[in-house]
Amino acid sequence: MNTWVYIDHFNGQPTPASWEALGLAKTLGPATALVFGQNVAALAKTALEYGADTVLLADDPALAVFSPEAFTSTLAALVSDSAPALILFPTTSRTRELAAMLSIDLASGVLVDVTGLEVLDGQVVATRPVYEGKLLEKTTCAARPQLVTLRARAFPRPAPSAGRAGEIQTVPAQADGSVVVEGFVSGQAGVSLSDAGVVVSGGRGVSSDPAEGFRLVAELASVLGGAVGASRAAVDEGYIPYANQVGQTGKVVSPDLYIAAGISGAIQHMSGMRSSKVIVAINKDPDAPIFQSAQYGVVGDLFTMIPALSEAFKKKLGKS
Amino acid sequence: MKIVVCIKQTPDSEAKLTAQDGQPSWGDAPLVINPFDEYAVEGALQQKEAVDASVTALCIGPDSARDALKHALAMGADEAILVSDPALDALDSAGAARVLAAAIQKIGDAGLAFFGRQTIDNGTGLVPAQVARVLGWPLLSLVGQMTLADAEIKVERTIEEGKQTAHASYPAVLSIMQGVGEPRYPSFMGIRKAGKAEIPVWTLADLGLEAPAQIVRRAELLNPPARDTKCEIISGGSPAEIAEALAEKILAEKIL
Ligand SMILES: Cc1cc2nc3c(=O)[nH]c(=O)nc-3n(C[C@H](O)[C@H](O)[C@H](O)COP(=O)(O)OP(=O)(O)OC[C@H]3O[C@@H](n4cnc5c(N)ncnc54)[C@H](O)[C@@H]3O)c2cc1C
Ligand SMILES: Nc1ncnc2c1ncn2[C@@H]1O[C@H](COP(=O)(O)O)[C@@H](O)[C@H]1O
Repeated sequence: MNTWVYIDHFNGQPTPASWEALGLAKTLGPATALVFGQNVAALAKTALEYGADTVLLADDPALAVFSPEAFTSTLAALVSDSAPALILFPTTSRTRELAAMLSIDLASGVLVDVTGLEVLDGQVVATRPVYEGKLLEKTTCAARPQLVTLRARAFPRPAPSAGRAGEIQTVPAQADGSVVVEGFVSGQAGVSLSDAGVVVSGGRGVSSDPAEGFRLVAELASVLGGAVGASRAAVDEGYIPYANQVGQTGKVVSPDLYIAAGISGAIQHMSGMRSSKVIVAINKDPDAPIFQSAQYGVVGDLFTMIPALSEAFKKKLGKS
Repeated sequence: MKIVVCIKQTPDSEAKLTAQDGQPSWGDAPLVINPFDEYAVEGALQQKEAVDASVTALCIGPDSARDALKHALAMGADEAILVSDPALDALDSAGAARVLAAAIQKIGDAGLAFFGRQTIDNGTGLVPAQVARVLGWPLLSLVGQMTLADAEIKVERTIEEGKQTAHASYPAVLSIMQGVGEPRYPSFMGIRKAGKAEIPVWTLADLGLEAPAQIVRRAELLNPPARDTKCEIISGGSPAEIAEALAEKILAEKIL
């Protein structure tokens, strides 16, 4: 099966989960990468290095800023009756809108935020979390192309092979001016939460000295090469921006290691980090519900335990 | 002008869910207005004066979904409409979007359609963009703050990479996020008014629609594999010794 893979990016910076989608596509057969934007020829080359056999490249000023309308029209114009049967996307706020609009133009359907995927006779059976991750469903799309967005880190990321060649085919862009983007202020730099292999989060437990608490959390995250998360209580108290919130009304993360410090473990927080491989809880209350979902726990004060843990990892990882 | 706010009824976010014979069960937990949709109602109520609009809450659901609409009325919405039809029991998100778009058109004079970011049951987050595409209206998604002027809607959007400002003209579809501020509590007067409100029910025939084909189907509903939830509490010794032991355990997991 020839699968198309949409390479999501922001100003030319690819969403790493795009490569995970490409890796999955390659297990199904040949893969065609879709690269849309302005000055994104380099990204097309990178897509070849990550395994794409062909790239369809729309490089045009009309696509300089992501517009779900313009990108949908550009993509829909490439789809014919015969091909493809499956288009994969990494799940981001952009691809949700792109896939959603495509489902209208192509009279098909979208399987969103998929964490497992099988193909039986060309028919995708996708597994995805529903009810805030409290349940899982297996779901199918009866029309073609099947549109599937993959949750970051749910599928292995292939290693690029430098200099790998392939065909880059230029395709026309479609413009849409109905939404005008005026400006952009970037959030904090650092590892993106959804793509992070390690997330260290702080909660209301930092309240006696929030600035110091999150400084310690950020230090541990940095020692581990991870990202900083937070509970909604910490966000609501203004200790840290909303962009760092993990949970039902924040971001969904699935790192290999999730460290929750001073977080009680409310169900809405858990729905954002339940799928982490290893959960570690640091809490001074031995009865905090977070311990019920954690593999490892420390009953203690985060203001002493987090710096101690940073020191221990610095030593063991040879970073001192 | 009318601001139409699309709301869904979902199990409460505190509810414990289990899959039983392929169906979700939430025991005796209450059904509530989808938490994200409360932000959409709040956003519409904040803006109604600015644009001299009235607010219409719109929901596709069974008869019991009236309670979610009543919540919106109690918060201050001016009217509510329930779209209910046995043929809508099996609806995917694109189907829901086509029905909502038809209802928005039938309401008439709608200059804005507000949505939540996502539902907490099926949680696809697709419907706002799908409705925008069906109606051919511009989509301003993930909106926190907004300024509605006579000819132009100016918004601040929160995306993964930061905050973006954008504008579009009427009519438009907006999906609203928690940046609008905490949803107001229904007032005493509001609850009384909502209790007495007539909520018209529209069927597919009223909308002049056939039941949309269900393209996305659930084949199976499963309980997630039980986590090995035995928590190993690391204790004994000084904080440095505990940290040492914990780091050892984490490294032994071979995940770093
Ligand atoms: C519709 C809805 C959506 C929601 N969405 C989200 C969401 O997306 N994300 C989210 O996180 N929450 C969300 N919530 C809120 C959630 O219900 C909880 O209120 C919130 O997660 C609590 O945050 P917390 O654990 O930091 O605070 P608390 O529950 O107050 O817990 C603080 C913890 O810190 C511990 N502690 C205190 N001091 C120390 C110390 N010095 N050292 C170590 N431990 C200490 C305490 O023992 C306690 O366990 C939502 C709620 C609703 C109703
Ligand atoms: N049955 C429904 N009735 C009214 N509005 C809905 C319905 N389903 C979804 N919506 C709206 O679409 C948004 C996104 O839903 P979803 O795409 O299902 O996650 C919700 O927050 C609602 O605003």
